[in-house]
Amino acid sequence: MTLLVDTRTPDPKKFIKGATGDWEIVIGMEVHAQVTSEAKLFSGASTSFGSDPNNNVSLVDAAMPGMLPVINEECVRQAIKTGLGLKAEINLKSVFDRKNYFYPDLPQGYQISQFKQPIVGEGIIHLDMKSGEQVEVGVERLHLEQDAGKSLHDQHPTMSFVDLNRSGVALMEIVSKPDIRCADEAKAYLTKLRTILRYLGTCDGNMDQGSMRADVNVSVRKPGGEFGTRCEIKNVNSIRFVGQAIEYEARRQIGILEDGGEIDQETRLFDSVKGETRSMRSKEEAHDYRYFPDPDLLPLEFTQALVDEMAADLPELPDEKKARYIKDFGLTPYDADILVAERVSCDFFEEVAKGRDAKLAANWVINDTFGRLNKEGLDVTSSPISSEQLGKIIDLIKAGTISGKIAKDLFEIVWTEGGDPAQIVEDRGMKQVTDLGAIEGIVDEILANNTDKAEQAKEKPGMLGWFVGQVMKASKGKANPQAVSDMLKAKIGLE
Amino acid sequence: MSVDLNTVKRVAGLARIKVDDAQAEKMTGELNTILGFVEQLDEVNVDGVEPMTSVVETTMKKRADGQSDGGYADKIVSNAPVHEDNFFTVPKVVE
Repeated sequence: MTLLVDTRTPDPKKFIKGATGDWEIVIGMEVHAQVTSEAKLFSGASTSFGSDPNNNVSLVDAAMPGMLPVINEECVRQAIKTGLGLKAEINLKSVFDRKNYFYPDLPQGYQISQFKQPIVGEGIIHLDMKSGEQVEVGVERLHLEQDAGKSLHDQHPTMSFVDLNRSGVALMEIVSKPDIRCADEAKAYLTKLRTILRYLGTCDGNMDQGSMRADVNVSVRKPGGEFGTRCEIKNVNSIRFVGQAIEYEARRQIGILEDGGEIDQETRLFDSVKGETRSMRSKEEAHDYRYFPDPDLLPLEFTQALVDEMAADLPELPDEKKARYIKDFGLTPYDADILVAERVSCDFFEEVAKGRDAKLAANWVINDTFGRLNKEGLDVTSSPISSEQLGKIIDLIKAGTISGKIAKDLFEIVWTEGGDPAQIVEDRGMKQVTDLGAIEGIVDEILANNTDKAEQAKEKPGMLGWFVGQVMKASKGKANPQAVSDMLKAKIGLE
Repeated sequence: MSVDLNTVKRVAGLARIKVDDAQAEKMTGELNTILGFVEQLDEVNVDGVEPMTSVVETTMKKRADGQSDGGYADKIVSNAPVHEDNFFTVPKVVE
């Protein structure tokens, strides 16, 4: 349909070794993202997940004769919003076409989709790879279309059961350019796209409920050579499986080519149990979709003013948020990446960081809170410690009321028992001892018991840390480490 | 533009319409007559003319988002030759 342009420079680190030398993988993705809306694209039936069979079905969705589609304006707005989030051109006029094919879960005998004139044109997705490499993946287009129903094959020995609840639900098909060169980039692309959709609130991105599915186009070639013949792996429903499917499919194609064979352009399925792809023969004949403009629907038109208004209301997106965290808060790109991966994560962080030391807040959010949540298999929204409680702990550290070590104990108490951090510190006597008289007693005692080491410390100032540790231990962590260190230096005669 | 017998059979197959050889033969002639009739339109120069999508000057009607339909699964399946527990049931189609 469009001219394929190679935007990437071949990178030997991504090559796959074959018997005849190196091979490069070329990947393009088509992601189907379910639009977040109350009702379907062309009917007033509900989009809710998990309803009783055929309960969310109107006569339009069941394709009863004489029924006419009327578009849901919210779905249009969601598509525009997504287009803006992908920095893409928005087409003020687009056209719905009929894509004709037969399948039991497609009652109309055609899917209403957009073929020649989609609502959104070319855009871009920016990937930050773990290696530090920056990758730009082009978006070819985004169009609106109807989802099909669902067939269940395991309910009966000889029959398939069809549920049309999903039939007619709005999907955005987001098509990438063939700019992806390895499985890790494909996974990063899908992860980033999901993050953007979730920030925008235009798709919930739940792959296990089927709200986001990926078709992966894979081909192989000699590095930098002509694009090879591609195979399309349909409906891969997890990011991990996308990686596995690509690795398997690339190996399969290399094997065929190195044996002197040719790749058949075909549709394949990924079998997640066996970890392999296999041919979907039934789809071959059906590839002639005979698209034509849907006579039931006028062209979809809206004004630039609407687009401008929506652009002004767009939330801050992950790339901008990351840049701001690095620039304004001095966070490392690595920490910023962890925070911006989910909108709920940065909301939590921003609540904690508000009016406080952002770097300290980031440490407590990422290392202590997220680390602990991960270990217990919880997500931020169900965190036993609230952003407000964590903020108070940080305030106590900053005010010098508690030491960093005691703060860890306090975190543990708040995590397991809850309560007001300041009150807990008060009630349990966790306050840091800044009374120099009290510290001096301990310092003198430690020095008196370790005169030999005190002598050594004069020559080797690194020994000081050992003394600080001893004093902290003796004070049960409540002494102020800075005060201890200063006092030790004076008494030993350093400086 | 014209169609041959194979095209007619293929299109019938794609549309799941059963057409036997005699019918396909007859239909090829009929379709070519229709196509020839419509081809007269090619005489008109339409360079730079946008395709007309409606005979009246109107824009697409849009609907506000909100659930306003559904909740009658029994009616939805009632015309189906076979159904069970409000599912449509069809001969097994499995990849």
